[in-house]
Amino acid sequence: MTEKTVTVLIGGEAGQGLVTVGQLLSKALVRAGWRICVTQGYQSRVRGGHNTWAIRFGAGEIGAPTESVDLLVALDQETVEIHKGALTPHALLIADEKLDALGLPGLSVPFAKLAAAKYANVAALGVAGTLLGLSEELMAGAVEELFGKKGTETAAENRRALAEACRWTMSANTSFPLPGQPSPALPRIMLNGNEALALGALSGGLRFLSFYPMTPSTSIALTVVAHAAALGVVAEQAEDEIAAVNMAIGASFAGAPALVTTSGGGFALMVEGVSLAAMTETPLVVMLAQRPGPATGLPTRTGQEDLEFVLHAGHGEFARAVLAPGSPEECFLIARKAFFLAELFQGPVFVLTDQFLADSYRAVDPFEVRELPAVRAGFAGEIAVPYRRYANTADGVSPRLLPGQTHHLVIADSDEHTEEGHLTEDLAVRNLMVAKRLAKVEGLRWEVIQPRLDGPAGADLLLVSWGSTGAAAVEAAADLCARGTAVSTLHFTQLWPLDPGQFLGSLRAAKRVVFIEGNATGQFERLVRRETGFEGAGNVRRFDGLPITSGHILRELAVAGLVKE
Amino acid sequence: MTTVADYGTYETAWCPGCGNHAILGAMKEALAASGLAPHQVLFVSGIGQAAKAPHYLNANVFNGLHGRALPAATGAKLANPALKVIVESGDGCTYGEGGNHFLAAVRRNIGLTVIVHDNQVYGLTKGQASPTSDEGFVTKAQPEGVHAEPFNPVETAVALKANFVARGFSGMPAHLAGLIRLALAAPGFALIDVLQPCVSFNKVNTFAWYRQRVRELPSDYVPTDWAAALMTGARWGAEIPIGVIYRGSRPAYEDRVPALAAGPLVGRQVDREQLAAIVDHLK
Repeated sequence: MTEKTVTVLIGGEAGQGLVTVGQLLSKALVRAGWRICVTQGYQSRVRGGHNTWAIRFGAGEIGAPTESVDLLVALDQETVEIHKGALTPHALLIADEKLDALGLPGLSVPFAKLAAAKYANVAALGVAGTLLGLSEELMAGAVEELFGKKGTETAAENRRALAEACRWTMSANTSFPLPGQPSPALPRIMLNGNEALALGALSGGLRFLSFYPMTPSTSIALTVVAHAAALGVVAEQAEDEIAAVNMAIGASFAGAPALVTTSGGGFALMVEGVSLAAMTETPLVVMLAQRPGPATGLPTRTGQEDLEFVLHAGHGEFARAVLAPGSPEECFLIARKAFFLAELFQGPVFVLTDQFLADSYRAVDPFEVRELPAVRAGFAGEIAVPYRRYANTADGVSPRLLPGQTHHLVIADSDEHTEEGHLTEDLAVRNLMVAKRLAKVEGLRWEVIQPRLDGPAGADLLLVSWGSTGAAAVEAAADLCARGTAVSTLHFTQLWPLDPGQFLGSLRAAKRVVFIEGNATGQFERLVRRETGFEGAGNVRRFDGLPITSGHILRELAVAGLVKE
Repeated sequence: MTTVADYGTYETAWCPGCGNHAILGAMKEALAASGLAPHQVLFVSGIGQAAKAPHYLNANVFNGLHGRALPAATGAKLANPALKVIVESGDGCTYGEGGNHFLAAVRRNIGLTVIVHDNQVYGLTKGQASPTSDEGFVTKAQPEGVHAEPFNPVETAVALKANFVARGFSGMPAHLAGLIRLALAAPGFALIDVLQPCVSFNKVNTFAWYRQRVRELPSDYVPTDWAAALMTGARWGAEIPIGVIYRGSRPAYEDRVPALAAGPLVGRQVDREQLAAIVDHLK
């Protein structure tokens, strides 16, 4: 246990109901008033393998996992063996009495006596939850919500398994220290990064989604699909990613704010479409959940390898924005912002996340969706006649009418075109149109999200992060500060365009600057250097497919001699 | 009342004598006869000589990427089913580069009128084989002749039960205009594969070649008989049937999408109460 948090790791084979236990335990912890940060580790298979659901919880906000484990819930022998080395000195093991505990302290549970094998996962929930001070009533509520619909017998058996497990654990008389006091007075919602992106998009005015399933992006689409009929959204599984992006562009052209969701390999197929959105000046939001590549790579692991890919995706030169939220709250807000930027500047906007954030459940203050505005597609003002879709303007943004909504004709072309939208090979017109499209870069610069500086300017060490690695950097900084080094953090949630005026002063003021990111080549570090000439003192990189943690940062900083061990 | 004149007259980039000219004329005639005003119509095309056609009449236009007209049109139709969405492109664009989209669009039976200018050759890139080139067709890219079996779009569309499948010939523009008018009125996916000689790059499948082979379907032909339509659609060679080959009755895709029951997506407001309930459910 770190001082203020506890990490519970549930491990087992795919198909053992591990995700169910994880979800139910997470939900019960959130309802009890704890903050959580879930890390899911799984393999590209439906049965077998070694899968994990780790919950780090505490009273304060948590945005990153730990590598150490305080309570290990082992659904199979392999889990005991793999995670034995990660246990903290006072850690406990919860395992079936038939498994070999390898001498580890904890609870040897007679699961066969508590419940039939089919309900063993709910019994495991009962044991772990009781040990963590969760009431049976709280857990029963979560179980009933999940299994209530499956018929009375299953629900009743699950309820019985839970009751037996709670009773048994109470009588086992083992205690587990909790990380402070939860705050149940403020009911929070539990959701992961992908669900937050979907809700942000829906609240921002999303009307059309097209996608081709690809881990770890799929649950963004599935969240939209689940609410599509109720909210009047069309969500279409396309025949491939090329179709998906072209459908979204077609829908957006016709007036439906549109989204595609994918991961790196799928996005590779969408790249020509990105160029089409730019050339036809059609709003398009692309959400890309990163996983390690190249090619199929590590399909179910995390990474930050696709920044340069989205930055340069699409042939030709055009304006774009790249956003990278670091938490579910930011996922929600940035998804919304992406729709407004796409509509305002009539082109492609990217939201980059990764598997860790995509799958990481958190306790979040409920979004006040009733108060938030949504984007309106198309131009509603006075139109100069004859209407010209690509009329030249100072800011490069032309009034975008929607086909069929007025008597004016809307003509869009992927060829170089005249202001009217008809294809042309007049090279003077070509120059005019290039300048018009690139003028939008200036407008996008006005909208750049300021990177967040935590800690004093001019610190001994400044840790720079982007996207999902921000919370680990903040945690590492706090740890170093507590040990006497003045450390600040600078976290970017927008990666393009950059406005050096917002951050170059902070970089220059710090004694040493270290860039932290989940790739092998320092993509953001090099981008900053390219745009500003600024060179850092070092970097922390990770590309093994696991999320960056505070522990990882501290180890790497020590290895590089940037901090004392 | 809409007239042919409402659809305008433009200078084209096509070769003199190209079969495209007659298709453009037939299209304008069919649109006027259907009573559709230009602002009610959206043309979506890909890239190729045929894909330029929408620039030569008055209508809304989305001229997208090579091979990708069908998905762009599908998106537009789903966003606003009130639009009459017409896809116009060539055989290379629709059946080659966009082959997977063609199969998927037919399977969905999405409400698009798809006019394919089929000249059995790539014109814009100056004379390579297309998916519909006959076996043995010699080009600079296929000097020993095409070794693949030609793709039969009509047979394929019938096999996958598109609602309306027809073949026309640009050498018979009045007949073609009639077909387009029927296609515009048909719900669901409507395909007209239009035989169209390329006077510059296809010296085999000329006007004379097609004229010798095309045969109007007999007046007692029943297009609703799927098995018979499949046989008719498969016919190619000494005699090539033209006319409405198949008519099905599957519901159009856009009529099966729950969100569209309340009308087009365009202009809708976010249901904030419903959204708040969804957020609340996550507690």
